[in-house]
Amino acid sequence: MKEGTYIKQPNRALQVYAIVFLIVLYLPVLFIPLFSFNDSIYVRFPMQGLTIQWYVDLWTRESVWAALQNSLTVGLWVSVISTGLGVVAARAITRYRMPGQSAIVTFAMLPLIVPGVIFGVALLVLVSRLGIPLSLYTVAFGHLIICLPFAIATLLPRFEGFDRSMEEASADLGENGWWTFWRVTFPMVAPGIVASLLLTFTISFDEFIMTFFLSGTDTTLPIYIWTQLRFPREFPAILALSTIILALSFVLVFVALWIGRLGVVREQVSATNAGS
Amino acid sequence: MVSVPDARSFGRGKLAAWFQRSEAARGYALMSPALIVLLIGIAVPLIILIAMSLWTRDGFGFDMTPTIANYQRAATEPIFGTLLTRSFMISGLATFITVLLCYPMAYYVAFHVHRNKMLWIVLMTLPFWTSYLLRVFAWRVILGYEGVINSAFLSAGWIEAPLEFLLYSQTAVVITLAHAWAAFAILPLYVSLEKIDKSLLEAATDLGDGPFTRFMRITLPLSMPGVIAASFLIFIPTTGDYITPALLGGPDGVMIGNLIQLQFGPVNNWPMGAALSIVLMAWIAALALVFLFITRKAKDHLA
Amino acid sequence: MTTNDAFISIRNVGKSYGTFRAIDSVSMDIAHGEFFSLLGASGCGKTTLLRMLAGFESVSSGEIFIDGQPMSDVPPYRRPVNMVFQNYAIFPHLNVAQNIGYGLRKLKLPRAKQDQMVDEMLDLVQLSGYGKRRGHELSGGQRQRIALARALILKPKVLLLDEPLGALDKQLREQMQMELRRLQRAIGITFVFVTHDQEEALTLSDRIAVMSGGAVLQVDSPSALYEVPKTRDVASFIGNMNFLDAKVTGCVNGHAHLDVQGIGRLDFPSAGTTLTEGDKVSVAIRPEKLVLHDTAPVNGSKAIAGEIALTTYLGERSHYQVRVPGCDTPIAISTQNIRMHKPQEATIGRPVWLTWSDDALIVLER
Repeated sequence: MKEGTYIKQPNRALQVYAIVFLIVLYLPVLFIPLFSFNDSIYVRFPMQGLTIQWYVDLWTRESVWAALQNSLTVGLWVSVISTGLGVVAARAITRYRMPGQSAIVTFAMLPLIVPGVIFGVALLVLVSRLGIPLSLYTVAFGHLIICLPFAIATLLPRFEGFDRSMEEASADLGENGWWTFWRVTFPMVAPGIVASLLLTFTISFDEFIMTFFLSGTDTTLPIYIWTQLRFPREFPAILALSTIILALSFVLVFVALWIGRLGVVREQVSATNAGS
Repeated sequence: MVSVPDARSFGRGKLAAWFQRSEAARGYALMSPALIVLLIGIAVPLIILIAMSLWTRDGFGFDMTPTIANYQRAATEPIFGTLLTRSFMISGLATFITVLLCYPMAYYVAFHVHRNKMLWIVLMTLPFWTSYLLRVFAWRVILGYEGVINSAFLSAGWIEAPLEFLLYSQTAVVITLAHAWAAFAILPLYVSLEKIDKSLLEAATDLGDGPFTRFMRITLPLSMPGVIAASFLIFIPTTGDYITPALLGGPDGVMIGNLIQLQFGPVNNWPMGAALSIVLMAWIAALALVFLFITRKAKDHLA
Repeated sequence: MTTNDAFISIRNVGKSYGTFRAIDSVSMDIAHGEFFSLLGASGCGKTTLLRMLAGFESVSSGEIFIDGQPMSDVPPYRRPVNMVFQNYAIFPHLNVAQNIGYGLRKLKLPRAKQDQMVDEMLDLVQLSGYGKRRGHELSGGQRQRIALARALILKPKVLLLDEPLGALDKQLREQMQMELRRLQRAIGITFVFVTHDQEEALTLSDRIAVMSGGAVLQVDSPSALYEVPKTRDVASFIGNMNFLDAKVTGCVNGHAHLDVQGIGRLDFPSAGTTLTEGDKVSVAIRPEKLVLHDTAPVNGSKAIAGEIALTTYLGERSHYQVRVPGCDTPIAISTQNIRMHKPQEATIGRPVWLTWSDDALIVLER
């Protein structure tokens, strides 16, 4: 691509702004890992020296391990189920002409927009009226509602970018619907599925507000952090735990976004090649 | 000439044949698992929430005779109105700041980044996917009484005593909301800017517009859908936010979301909480419509 | 007519989407080993018909027979046809060899045999050594060859091609046309080819079906379509054609007398036609079948007198528009520049005379 055309001529001020923006975007969160290694229960400058005692402290806590296990269990189930539902929904939306299709999509996207508190209390009211006790199951269901729009939003572009003639070509070459799905459709949308699994897992793993309303005695890591925030002496341990969660989230999401984007970009490249 | 009977009409029930041919039916069948989850998870709870808002608390149970008493309370008792107005002011301000600050960033990536565009997009949106609770928590670390800013300023000798207004204030809430939702605003802005055909800008230049006029006459109007989408995507969820005001708001920074939680928690007046949720959603819908109406008018005016 | 005569037999086939008739009761037969084209403007139903042959569109009425078998209940993956898609539909997640070998899975052949078949196909389409490449690393022409190889490896009875050359530039297109013709002769199977490019259809086909508005206008060999079109629509769709309004003034002794706009009285043999007195018809003549003269013909043969309205110099040939008194539209003439073209000989307003040989005129219903 030729750079420096009139419209795209470099703009130094904007460039500086962009870099400052990125720094400000990431800076606040970076204080968490910074102070998690600080050898003091107070979060303040000047720092007292390097330690990993807060991490060691975490390692020995029964309740942290229990919460972690809950978070992982819920996250795995929620990511698999929401991605599965997202696949069939995205497939149906892109494959068939259905009346009311856009209304359904908008409806499915509601949890992205409507304040979490409202969905939290609404589901709380539902399960209590049905007499269902609060447990990890109710938490998982709440997470499912939050994760489904993300799964659909991640998968839809992949299914939309999917050229129908690919499946027709497979049918034409002798493969029935089942084999066509496994040999053509699935491999082509696989990056989207992987991205969706990683993203929904991370969202569930990090989710607070639904869990806040819907969890019973068993709880997840974010709720554990929330309950410990009241105790000032727990602060460093919370910082350490937060650091671990943040690191995990960043890695998972980075991989997910990269895979998801990569797939779309590669398709665009091949589409441009076909057109030339 | 061979006569050809319609072979497909034999041996199949009419319903099955219709099902085979009707795209919509097959589509809905395929979608049904997701649809059922959405119905149970979204539609049914909201309907029950509406129903419950018409009940009243009765000891530890509910009086299920329909009444609008909760709504009357919400309308008359000043605390509800105050909190609602405050919530809208805070999220409105946070939305405005976020969109204003994110726009140049999105513009930069859309128009001035040529290599590694994908990396920039991922970097811009990455924080959004990580724990909201922890991002808010980070601001508490920064703004706290003995937090990053105060302790740094103190040890630098710039201030004598910690600045108290930093934590537990509406300012803290606005700053935190604007920062926490920035990654969410970037994407619609970026998409709408990226979609703009660069030859339109060249045409405007060719017809005599300088950079500023060109931006006002072409880029900004064409990116308006992104601005509107970004505004909605921040304003609506932040008005009902619970975490940020709870962690950073203090008494002054309490918002409607906290009040709703109170009704379901310590106050234990679920019907009132349900009514407040409905009121909040109704207000959001009304404000959204007004906002849409105004921007559409403005767009017509610009065109 | 029975279905036994033809390899592909399309019987009263119709296709409706709701109230819209995309295909309106089409019947035609395609012989074994024929290069058959469906020609028409976009939206004429040619692609729909092709997709019905492949099985991607259901048949609303009528029936399609391939090799004597009715196809209505046969899904695409069991039909003895293979298709080259308009955008080639090269699977992006597979390499070239995997694309070409895609359909071999069901044959349950040993690995070595499969590889050998793929290599043979790569040779056939002149892409030896490209097996490990990915689809997006290839040019349009190469993708097209892969699509061909992928379809042909299954040894279909019929190869369907949906505007396969549309995405290529002119030079490559002409090269691929030759290639297609060579391949078809070499393999000897039936090709059904969809195109909107009449020149391409004329170049490649044994026979062409001209389609418009979901109906078939005429099925004939390229030369028959060009020389003796049956309707005005076909005549104007294929090549250029001058139409002169005419009226039948009488029919005597197997001859029809016509009063032709701009020419006057002309006689035509009326045997085998339905011409009757009072019919309003068109007399059609191709631009290149008219001869341009500077002076009136001396031997008293029929001629059209007019003056040059527009000259277009195209190098090997020149096009002229000649305005004729009594005609609404100018008449187009195309002449080979066998002598040096001198601009002053073709100035606008210059009087000219046009002559023709009798067999160049066609009478068409208006």
